[in-house]
Amino acid sequence: MDNALVTVLIAMLGGAIRVSTPFMFVALGETLTEKSGRINLGLEGNLVLGAMVAYAVSYLSGNAWLGVLAAGGSGIFLGALHGYICKLPRVNDIAVGIAMMSFGTGLAFFFGKPFIQPTAPRLDAIPLGDWTGNPALAQALQVNPLFFVGIALAVFMFWAFRNTRWGLIVRMTGDSAASAKAMGVSVDLVRFLATAAGGFLAGIGGAFLSLYYPGSWNQGLSSGQGLMAVALVIFARWDPIKCIFAALLFGAAGALGPSLQSIGISQGYYFFNAAPYILTLIIMIISAGSKAAARDVPGELSITK
Amino acid sequence: MTLTAISRRRLLKVGAAGLAASALPFGIARAQTNVVLGIVYVGPKDDFGWNQAHAVSVESLKALPGITVVEEENVPETDAVAKSMESMINLDGANLILATSFGYYNPFVVELAKKYPDVTFRHAAPLWNKDKDPANAGSYFPYLNQAHYVNGVAAGLSSGGKIGFVAAKPIPSVLSNINSALLGARSVNPNATVQVIFTGEWSLPVREAEATNALVDAGCEVITCHVDSPKVVIETAEGRGVKTAGHNASQAPLAPKGFITGAEYKWETIYKSYADDIAAGKTPPNFLVGGYNNDMLRTTPYGAGATPEAIAAADAAIAALVAGAPIYKGTLKDNAGNVVVDKDYDNYDPYLDGMTWLLEGVQGSIT
Amino acid sequence: MTAETADTAAIPAKAGPSLGLLRFAEAVSIPIGALVVSALLFALFLVAIGKDPLQFYQLIWTGGFGSSFSIQNSLQRAAPLILTGLAFAIPARIGLTMIGGEGALVLGGFSAAAIAIPLVSNAVPPPLTLLVMALTAVLTGGLWVGFTGWLKYARGVNETIASLLMSYIAIAIMNFFVEGALRDPASANKPSTMPIGDAYRIGSIPGTDVHWGFAAGVVLALLLWVLMSRTTFGFAARMTGGNLRAARAQGLPVGWLMVVCCAIAGAAAGLAGFFEVAAIHGQANASLVAGYGFTGILVAFLARQNPLAVIPVAILFGALAAAGGVIQRRMGMPDATILVLQGMMFVVLLVSETFYGRLKLFQPKATGQRA
Repeated sequence: MDNALVTVLIAMLGGAIRVSTPFMFVALGETLTEKSGRINLGLEGNLVLGAMVAYAVSYLSGNAWLGVLAAGGSGIFLGALHGYICKLPRVNDIAVGIAMMSFGTGLAFFFGKPFIQPTAPRLDAIPLGDWTGNPALAQALQVNPLFFVGIALAVFMFWAFRNTRWGLIVRMTGDSAASAKAMGVSVDLVRFLATAAGGFLAGIGGAFLSLYYPGSWNQGLSSGQGLMAVALVIFARWDPIKCIFAALLFGAAGALGPSLQSIGISQGYYFFNAAPYILTLIIMIISAGSKAAARDVPGELSITK
Repeated sequence: MTLTAISRRRLLKVGAAGLAASALPFGIARAQTNVVLGIVYVGPKDDFGWNQAHAVSVESLKALPGITVVEEENVPETDAVAKSMESMINLDGANLILATSFGYYNPFVVELAKKYPDVTFRHAAPLWNKDKDPANAGSYFPYLNQAHYVNGVAAGLSSGGKIGFVAAKPIPSVLSNINSALLGARSVNPNATVQVIFTGEWSLPVREAEATNALVDAGCEVITCHVDSPKVVIETAEGRGVKTAGHNASQAPLAPKGFITGAEYKWETIYKSYADDIAAGKTPPNFLVGGYNNDMLRTTPYGAGATPEAIAAADAAIAALVAGAPIYKGTLKDNAGNVVVDKDYDNYDPYLDGMTWLLEGVQGSIT
Repeated sequence: MTAETADTAAIPAKAGPSLGLLRFAEAVSIPIGALVVSALLFALFLVAIGKDPLQFYQLIWTGGFGSSFSIQNSLQRAAPLILTGLAFAIPARIGLTMIGGEGALVLGGFSAAAIAIPLVSNAVPPPLTLLVMALTAVLTGGLWVGFTGWLKYARGVNETIASLLMSYIAIAIMNFFVEGALRDPASANKPSTMPIGDAYRIGSIPGTDVHWGFAAGVVLALLLWVLMSRTTFGFAARMTGGNLRAARAQGLPVGWLMVVCCAIAGAAAGLAGFFEVAAIHGQANASLVAGYGFTGILVAFLARQNPLAVIPVAILFGALAAAGGVIQRRMGMPDATILVLQGMMFVVLLVSETFYGRLKLFQPKATGQRA
């Protein structure tokens, strides 16, 4: 049984590393957007469009990293559109997010048809675990460079929000538009840029899905991962570092179902497969309502009012 | 799609509207000269799997004279499919409807067949019941488990005999493929096992990749699957350096190093026979099932992963199946120890259509 | 009276009838203008990819409204969307972005099919069985979404995320039972609960092929419109949605209002689930997860959360779905075409929100422009 437990734990470690990266990028992008006082629920659209564009560009150009960049570009397009529309008075940013989700997904499905069949060049992994001599562990430690980019980005964002002029401007815009205006900051411009940059990151997250894991483009690729990543931001209390942990936890929980079956525990696999959702809900219920939680919320955020 | 095809359909539409309104028993007579074939898919028709296998086959009919094909993809198993089929009948004048997803049959195909007795409905699963269901409805189905048996034979001799199976749902048609793969592998290697992981959904790429990784981590040397789009499973397994066996359509190009062979449907045999029947003024058979013995299945050309012994044994297994050799024979126990097979069963025996067990040698459980 | 009051009743009612008329004209012409603009934009898109926009719109008409069959096709497809549209619209009026309609529909349909099993096997008369089924679905859906509302009020749990998670969990619960304890052994390759049988199926509206869920949706939309715009409850709810702090200061029972609005929403979605089971499937299975709950969100937004406007918008969406098949068949375009069109319509309609109160045409001369 110990052996089985080790199998499950290694699978969860591997799952955390493999599955978490798209959540990480979308959640970091959303954190940036929400810190500026706007919410973009539509990053699912960026993720799916990014996945399609990355795969298509990688296939057409033969260079997977060019695909990643192009995915970021498509993310900027949707993000900027969101940012521009929300600038108009009386327009509800949550609604625009849902609209962008449906628009982005539609575009991806529409233009993605010719790219389901071909096999495009994929991103390579860095083998970090070969020294362990344990094939399962070595596999779990096959890490894509984007994973480290995500972590580095989170650390940078954490630092930048506190210690740079730009970081302060974004936070101030998010906490009180009035005081930002009083300081001569263009609230609309800051939010526009933050939404476009957030869209860029979500597009990169999509590139990871189609170019690394599971590494293929089709219409069922995302199954709502972009939506869940937006949920993780609230769960992570708008803290980039906590976003990383939340994404890792979510990835590990997702690996739970298949790995339990692989050691022979298959009773109620539907609930093991739903574990990430149940876990997130329970933690939200426990952590919500505390004084500390209320303090982290950007004051201008419509979703928390 | 050509302009002439569209304008022909437009003309047909006018004619069909008149037909539907007058409700004369006129459809069959018309069908002798002109076939309007409407086909509905549950997913995208280029999914590298189930839907693609149908779409490719129907594509080969489009060139035939006197046949117009109208297609609709991503139609869910709700009243949407009833309305889509009805719309094909009312607006396009379809007189042959092919419903290609299991859940389309009851209640949708059955109710619509009663409402439109002049239209021929055929559904891709062995569900038609001649006592209960309308005479203008019918079923067609190749028994893919025979091809999974061949997969098992080839896999058993191309590896040490530890096979991993990524499966969507614990339903009879899936269980039958798993059990047949095991029996195929055991026919050449008595110690062979099949380890199965159910994902719970027909298409869920991330979980399919996770399941593949879990099986490889558990020591499986060959990975095969029964999910709607096997692309992710095959590519993930290839990336892990293990061998693969395919399902539904050809996945050979996805795994240049480890691909052994694959279980494929040959729907065009059926669709071609329907078209020929209608062209000849005959009503297509209500119940059309088969396997290797009547050219309804095919085995993907062997890949780099297949050993010479495996190829020889797989070819021999196909020849035996063509001759009608049973797959489920003798006394077999399920993996809980109950006897579930106590005699030789014909490969099309209805008992096998309802299996709810996994044989001894399969690691996994259906609850 | 007219629909515009629902949108403007929160504004102090110093308006005369002429202002009311202007508001109505505004509330009708802006969305229609937006639909026209999005149709033109989409026509440009079609031209850019080398398709004929005239043929496209002609087919939309043919497939959605062109014949008696097409109209019934659209209405039937609209039926669940009215109910799930209401499920989003009602909590939205109190300021909650509740996207749990999908889960409530699935659980509502599942619970209706489950309660039917003992009733049908004991030959309880069909009308009574259907009534019990409907009540069970309404109650299950209401409790499910009501619980999310309570979490929001009592624990401050974000309702958007919680309702999304609850939908995933609802689907897992349904699958667990349908493939386990409540599975009909005869439902071999498509695990389902025991069928209720033809005698217990709810029929179509006489003279049509449209099931009764459409009529139920229309009636419920009317009732909820009265509730939200003509009663104290509705006024209190809208006031809470407009300004939570002010509502609290006024001593309104904010938490109770939230929970009730969410329960109404869940009940509407649960009812949609009941009709899916009683009118269409005759049993519960994975086909209940058809995305109606999520499409309902789009419907409600386009209807600007107005229960009455939900009806025509749902019919429009039904017509687009109906026509989508014809577009695929006649023009060889992928099914995602309709998704792109819907997305474009949605974006343009949201942009059009900005014109409310800003177009001179609809402003009374005396008051001028409002912020």
